[in-house]
Amino acid sequence: MNLQVKPIFSALRHHKAGTLLIALQIALTLAIVCNALFIIQQRISLLTRPSGVDEAHLIRVMNGWVGASDKDVGPLMQSDLDTLRRLPGVVDAYATNATPLSGGGWATGMHSKPDGKGKRVQTAIYFSDAHTLDTLGLKLVAGRNFHASEVQGFLPNDTLQPPQIIVTRALADNLFSDGHAVGKVVYLGKKPSTIIGVVARLQVPWVASWASNWEGNSTLVPRQMLTNGTNYVIRVRDGQLQKVLHSAPAALLAADRMRVIPDDQGVVTFEQMRAKAYKSDRGMAILMGVICTVLLAITAAGIVGLTSFWVGQRRKQIGVRRALGATRHDILGYFLTENLLIGIAGVAIGGALAVGMNQWLMHAFEMQRLSWPWIAGGVVVLLLLGQAAVLAPALRASNVPPVVATRSV
Amino acid sequence: MLAYYFQLAIHSLKRNKVLTALMVLAIAVGIGASMTTLTVLHVLSGNPIPEKSARLYRVQIDPRGSFGFRPGMEPPNQVSWIDGMNLLHAARADRQALMTGGLVAVQPAQSMLDAFFAPARYTSAGFFPMFDVPFRYGHPWNAADDQASARVVVLSHALNEKLFGGRNSVGRMLDVGGHALRVVGVLGDWRPNPLFYDLTRNSYNATEGIYVPLSTSQVLGFAHDGSTDCWGNGGGSKRMDPAAPCAWLQFWVQLDTPASAAAYRRFLVHYSQQQKALGRFQRPPNVRLRNVMQWLDYNQVVPANVRLQTWLAFGFLFVCLVNTVGLMLAKFMRRQGELSVRRAMGASRRTLFAQLLVESGVVGLAGGAGGLVIALLGLWLVRHRPAAYASLAHLDGAMLMITFLLAICASLLAGVLPAWRACSITPASMLKSQ
Repeated sequence: MNLQVKPIFSALRHHKAGTLLIALQIALTLAIVCNALFIIQQRISLLTRPSGVDEAHLIRVMNGWVGASDKDVGPLMQSDLDTLRRLPGVVDAYATNATPLSGGGWATGMHSKPDGKGKRVQTAIYFSDAHTLDTLGLKLVAGRNFHASEVQGFLPNDTLQPPQIIVTRALADNLFSDGHAVGKVVYLGKKPSTIIGVVARLQVPWVASWASNWEGNSTLVPRQMLTNGTNYVIRVRDGQLQKVLHSAPAALLAADRMRVIPDDQGVVTFEQMRAKAYKSDRGMAILMGVICTVLLAITAAGIVGLTSFWVGQRRKQIGVRRALGATRHDILGYFLTENLLIGIAGVAIGGALAVGMNQWLMHAFEMQRLSWPWIAGGVVVLLLLGQAAVLAPALRASNVPPVVATRSV
Repeated sequence: MLAYYFQLAIHSLKRNKVLTALMVLAIAVGIGASMTTLTVLHVLSGNPIPEKSARLYRVQIDPRGSFGFRPGMEPPNQVSWIDGMNLLHAARADRQALMTGGLVAVQPAQSMLDAFFAPARYTSAGFFPMFDVPFRYGHPWNAADDQASARVVVLSHALNEKLFGGRNSVGRMLDVGGHALRVVGVLGDWRPNPLFYDLTRNSYNATEGIYVPLSTSQVLGFAHDGSTDCWGNGGGSKRMDPAAPCAWLQFWVQLDTPASAAAYRRFLVHYSQQQKALGRFQRPPNVRLRNVMQWLDYNQVVPANVRLQTWLAFGFLFVCLVNTVGLMLAKFMRRQGELSVRRAMGASRRTLFAQLLVESGVVGLAGGAGGLVIALLGLWLVRHRPAAYASLAHLDGAMLMITFLLAICASLLAGVLPAWRACSITPASMLKSQ
């Protein structure tokens, strides 16, 4: 196509304000849309992180005994677990202080030397027993599971120094770069703990950004927390989830009425826990998506409005050009090229604005750095949007008959 | 005169309905989005206790060991049992209270209700007068009750509703955590938002149901529920050992004058020096005294997502404005013929300018009304989101005013450049070219 750039420039010089406004609007839209899409992508990558457990088959029951002192809890917990494991549809169950996606738990530093010396890594502590790996569906990649004899009670004022622990591969890689963690010794306090097994993945209970640097660092300890509140995690067979959701609390209450299972969040599936844990991230992604769409629509509408005005204003000139031999194609090309030129100016400013806005977001909201493909994608989208928006008024311009030139007014 | 301009504006806007609708819609969407997020921000960053917030201070001291010390470090947010009790008994402030959060099992007397867990506040008696807590029935416990670890309890309005059907329950007994406590008071409807005195729990819409003297809660072994910050060889259990090197209590003071605040700060430094001399503290004195709003600000209580959304919405409004400027430019320039005729017949430039501005003001008014509808819809959506602050998102009178002011200012601003451009044309050249 024969690009008539020079006449376009001289025409635009007569419409400085309009040109500037379209370019500015494209620039701002590009800056906002790039960053918004980037935020969407970040949030989505957060909420698709696997927790490492078999979420589709898991239920958590929150339980509190009424009037039981800590030393009564051991036998009560054991009898509850027996009740749960005998239920039809249940594969296995165990009691713990926290689970992935629950948003609350115990985090501590693990050291390579006693008394808080040597290399330190942050880890979540999950209270476990010999049934934990089976219940959660964790994959043991090295070493062995806990033996039932290693599992002990843990009173609130005890110090946590278990002789055996199981860690995640992420934690093992953090502590020992050679990849052989089984048999190595680490310290939660003064006494050594030997790593007896490594599991592939187990997310920490928190999904928030403050835990994102160590979100795969979990430690299983063979201990049962003896306080009057505990969580039971139950794994069910295929298709039995809804049934066990009702039968598990009913069976627990039938066995012993002196307990509290909260109405709200007391019995939940892990899918519900995931939805709750990531609700704000999901909401933010949806909101950003809506804003992007509306913003692009408004920018397109603005381009249509201004170009329509220009076409109306230049009907006579278009008629003259047509009378002098310009084809419809030439007229169409003229308006498309004009928009492309404005668009290019707009995205050039917009690219710089997008980077600037990202810098500010990194500073104020701990965002990550915007990568070039995002800006390039945004540039393409906005240029195409501009061309699409200008098409209808440009077609109308190309339909101006040459006879217009001979009419006055 | 203005009424006539108004009529002219309506007439002119009717002539090109699509363009007018586009402008109104752009302003409405921009204003709607901005007002929705601004209202949420306004609600979340509100003052929970406006009449006293400048006189209530959160106390921070630094009792930690020398391990990990860096100059300029902030002291822990909470205080340990020993320090809290020392400061409480020193009673150097006009009022003071030592408190922490808990979770207790409540066994209702009526057999229809199952036992349940209720969030609780364990506090010294100063809490109620210091925070101006309203009482529906009865009264708070007093310092003597604190001293005696009295078996007393104060219920929230909501919990009294649930347990006793809203009747005056003062004097009744209630089974809390396996112990019989006597109800001495029932609160009125009291919901400070955010829950400034303990931000480690859910910050919004989260007052406790049960209030028990701090001393009683420790004697009866009630479970602590909230953040615990330990140093040295501290444990992270639900029952706190008083001697443990852990900060898990909140200490608030009321200081009525700036002079008494300065004096209290000196007292805290002196206390830290004294404890260091005794060997309990190892770091140089490091104290903070923040009032309520400073405390909320320091803890960044407004969620980052909400702040980000507000910025985004205003960026959005700005694009909508640029868009409106463009459309108004198109609209006004198209009327240059008409304007030239009016100029030629003696209308001053100022008159035409005023007339065009009235036209953009009308667009702003319509946009504001549309924006209000969108904002109400947006807030309705926010209220149906599962966030803790959701139910608080309502438009108040001030926000309603701001909506219309913002819309009209925005549209007038958007009208200035196009109106000026349209008026600055010389009528002769325009008329000749016709």
